[in-house]
Amino acid sequence: MSEATRPRGPIERLLAVNTAIVYLFFYAPIALLTVFSFNANERVAIWTEPSLRWYQAMFQNDAVLSALRNSLVVALISTVVSTVVGTMLAIALERYRFRGRGFLDGLAYLPIIIPDVTMAVMLLIFFFQGFDILQDFTGIRLSAGLGTIVLSHVAFNISFVAIVVRARIAQFDPAMEEAAADLYASRWQAFRRVTLPLIAPGVAGGALLALTLSLDDVVITQFVSGPGSTTLPVYVFGLVRRGVTPLINAVSVVMLTASMILVAISLGLQRGSTVKEAMAEEETEEAPLATVPASHG
Amino acid sequence: MERISRLVVLGLVLALLVVACGGGGVAEDDGDTTPTTVAGDDGDTTPTTAAGDDGATTVADDGDDGDMAACEAGETDGDLNFYNWTEYIDPELVTAFEEEFGVDVVEDFYDSNEALLARLQSGAVYDLTVPSDYMIAIMIEEGVLMELQKDAIPNVTNLDPFFADPPFDSGGTYSAAYQWGTTGLGVNMDVVGEDFEPSWALVFDPELVAEYPGGISLLNDPRETMGAALMYLGYSMNSTSEAELQEAADLITGVRDYIAAFDSDTYAELLVNGEVAVSHGFSGGYLTAIEDWETHTYVIPQEGATVWTDNMAIPANAEHPCTAHAFINFLLDAENGATLTNWNYYASPNEASEEFIDPEILEDEAVYPSDETFANLVVIEDTGDFEINYTDFFAQARS
Amino acid sequence: MAKTIRAAPGDAPVTPELEQAAARAKSRRGFLISLPAYVYLVLLFAVPLVLVLVYSFASRSSTGLTLLEDWNMGSYRRLFSPLVAEIAVRSFVLATLTTLICLLVSYPFAYYIATRSARARNILLVMVMIPFWSNFLVRTYAWRVILGTDGFVSQISRLFGGEEIRVLFTNTAVLIGLVYGFMPFMVLPLYAAIERLDWGLVEAARDLYANGWTAFRKVTLPLSMPGVVAGSILVFIPSLGAYVTPAILGGGRTTLLGDYIVSQFLTARNWPFGSALSIAVMAVMLLATIFYFRAGAKTL
Repeated sequence: MSEATRPRGPIERLLAVNTAIVYLFFYAPIALLTVFSFNANERVAIWTEPSLRWYQAMFQNDAVLSALRNSLVVALISTVVSTVVGTMLAIALERYRFRGRGFLDGLAYLPIIIPDVTMAVMLLIFFFQGFDILQDFTGIRLSAGLGTIVLSHVAFNISFVAIVVRARIAQFDPAMEEAAADLYASRWQAFRRVTLPLIAPGVAGGALLALTLSLDDVVITQFVSGPGSTTLPVYVFGLVRRGVTPLINAVSVVMLTASMILVAISLGLQRGSTVKEAMAEEETEEAPLATVPASHG
Repeated sequence: MERISRLVVLGLVLALLVVACGGGGVAEDDGDTTPTTVAGDDGDTTPTTAAGDDGATTVADDGDDGDMAACEAGETDGDLNFYNWTEYIDPELVTAFEEEFGVDVVEDFYDSNEALLARLQSGAVYDLTVPSDYMIAIMIEEGVLMELQKDAIPNVTNLDPFFADPPFDSGGTYSAAYQWGTTGLGVNMDVVGEDFEPSWALVFDPELVAEYPGGISLLNDPRETMGAALMYLGYSMNSTSEAELQEAADLITGVRDYIAAFDSDTYAELLVNGEVAVSHGFSGGYLTAIEDWETHTYVIPQEGATVWTDNMAIPANAEHPCTAHAFINFLLDAENGATLTNWNYYASPNEASEEFIDPEILEDEAVYPSDETFANLVVIEDTGDFEINYTDFFAQARS
Repeated sequence: MAKTIRAAPGDAPVTPELEQAAARAKSRRGFLISLPAYVYLVLLFAVPLVLVLVYSFASRSSTGLTLLEDWNMGSYRRLFSPLVAEIAVRSFVLATLTTLICLLVSYPFAYYIATRSARARNILLVMVMIPFWSNFLVRTYAWRVILGTDGFVSQISRLFGGEEIRVLFTNTAVLIGLVYGFMPFMVLPLYAAIERLDWGLVEAARDLYANGWTAFRKVTLPLSMPGVVAGSILVFIPSLGAYVTPAILGGGRTTLLGDYIVSQFLTARNWPFGSALSIAVMAVMLLATIFYFRAGAKTL
């Protein structure tokens, strides 16, 4: 934007102050949480002296470790599945027309706009009734556990992945794929060497979103989990209701650090791919299918 | 080519189906094995296949007692899924059990009998739970519990005869007593003074309550809290009159502005930390948490309070009933029973444990009330078809 | 399946039949590609939805079990009771307040970021995202520490000679928690909308002697409306159905919709009523979203 339209003087300063306050608002709780996780005494907000005891306690606490393990397993499986299925959905909706497309389009939006409480209720009743019917017909009795949690997470994640990937697909010209076809590429080759690299940032973004949502989820997981399949957020949620010690702070800080590392990695990958693409673009004149100039990543 | 994309699509669909079935199948063994590998930490090495082979064998039926394999004393059949009240069992006892029997105990927690029932009704499968007296009666009615095999719990003879044959479960067929205690008020004497009247008015009289900095907390428990209100109003704690319940609900709503929280887990901490001036809670919770008895104390209101018994019971669809029996037997052991009381400060129903319990605890009236206090204590009873009204009116009062 | 169509230069001309066959093949392919998602969403979303609808007409036994018989409208009738109305209004007011506060704070914030240099923008954006990517539960819990009787807020007030304040367990605490949790949902769409603005139009307004404020009011603001609407919807809907935040910061004192629904399943054991509530809430949100689409935003 030009100089003429940029806010000036006192207004600009005011905006800057507001921005600083907002950032403070965003980060202060996290900072405080971190600081007090190193607190020696049991009171959550009164500082005595630094100590690592809560981190030690955390790593010795079976319940925490098992919850952590459950969370990771669920998050990984549901992310992979929902990313694949969600990407396929996005491609189908954006690039093809077929019967039932409108219905699917609408259906795919629903998990995003309903609150997770409602989704939790839906899935609870579904599994409850489903297991009942299954038992009546076959005598096999299933029960809620990690499986039901994974199924539930995939259910809402497909839509989120699809939205992110769709946004990305919409950004580039279908002519790219046509061009690939003109150059004798089969559909699969066109997909693998043109479409996929182009939508890769979108897919990665969608996968990251799915991972985050899965690791964050409390209500849906709480409703469809069984004994022994507690995930970390549900466990922390229970702890908070039951009694608060800095152990929760320590757990929280670990979770925070893990997410930040994930974000850093994903950002690094995205930047890396953009740089690689830009470099490749400079180097070659011919257009082998693999290197197509990408819109900014 | 085309065929490849078709194959990919089909492959993905198949993969999905496998995940779905595999997930479901895994969920069926124990609910606590991960879908990937045989995690060595559960003592149970069930193969992680789809459509549980194991599942089908253990469960051809609804777990009718008739079909149950007999358990021997001390026999175990996998890890224990233990559903208990919070802060109710000494972690060292749990560890001792795990080591002695070589199984893991997976703990889950609830904060009221109604929450327990709701969870069981929604299909959650546990091996052992600890409902209170009236809830046992309800659960027996519903057929939710499995009969105890007395052979597998020889230590049951340690129980005091009164608890071995309770009114809500004749002959102790379905349950074995765990602990018993009272419900009353925890009071901060710095706020209410030393010379206060031990009455429910401390939490229900708006004039009194308005003065407290911080306010009060009540139990998040339909029967207990509605019961307290009923008793304050002079009605029976087991009332079956909707009108009376409505009055009780209105009473609670009357002080709602001063209620800091409805909490069945941290009521003692809330008091001791100064967050509230008076809180409603269970005897042992206060006895564990209160350090300075000059400032804080636990009282049983004069209008009446509850005395309750919590009991170990095995749900009918439990997947590891033998381990459950072993755990019950373990806890009924004289010394273990005493360890329990020495840790959670609730009264033990175990006669044989008496010699191992801390003498101070035996003499503490807050744990073992005197006879005259007993005259004021009421037992919660199952009100049959009317029962659901307590939950409904409580929900109304809370909202 | 249809023949592979490859247009090679200089080949036989493409006939209408060929084109039709190609179109049909393509359509079938699209359908197949969408199939996994289709199956999954129908099975694990549409079917559960129908089940909830069915359950909302069911009745309840005296011990709280759902009976799939004696179908009745009792649960829906109960939706109109004063208690439900009170809870609904309370939740609605809270959600609206949350949205308004988020909007008022986020707009200048997003505006500032959008008007920085490209590099600064990226950095600032990443700094917004980082808390967002961190765990929601953890972030909400952090406020519990700050707002408690021993917490930061209280300590500061004591420093200034005031008395201990406990903001925790009040509606204000819940409001703060909701604003904190959902602000990124408001910031991002706003930022996207403002950043895409054609500043030439604002320049033109200035050229026509409009001062800064007028230019903002009559050009910038209306043009950024899609972002405002998108952000508002993205904040309002989860706030209306919020469960975790009120549970952690509100102390269970006042009941909001989210907790009310959850309690029907976790303690009150009234699945038909809980189902009716869920359906009603979903219907309201659906209406809100349709309204949003009508208001002219192009994508979510």
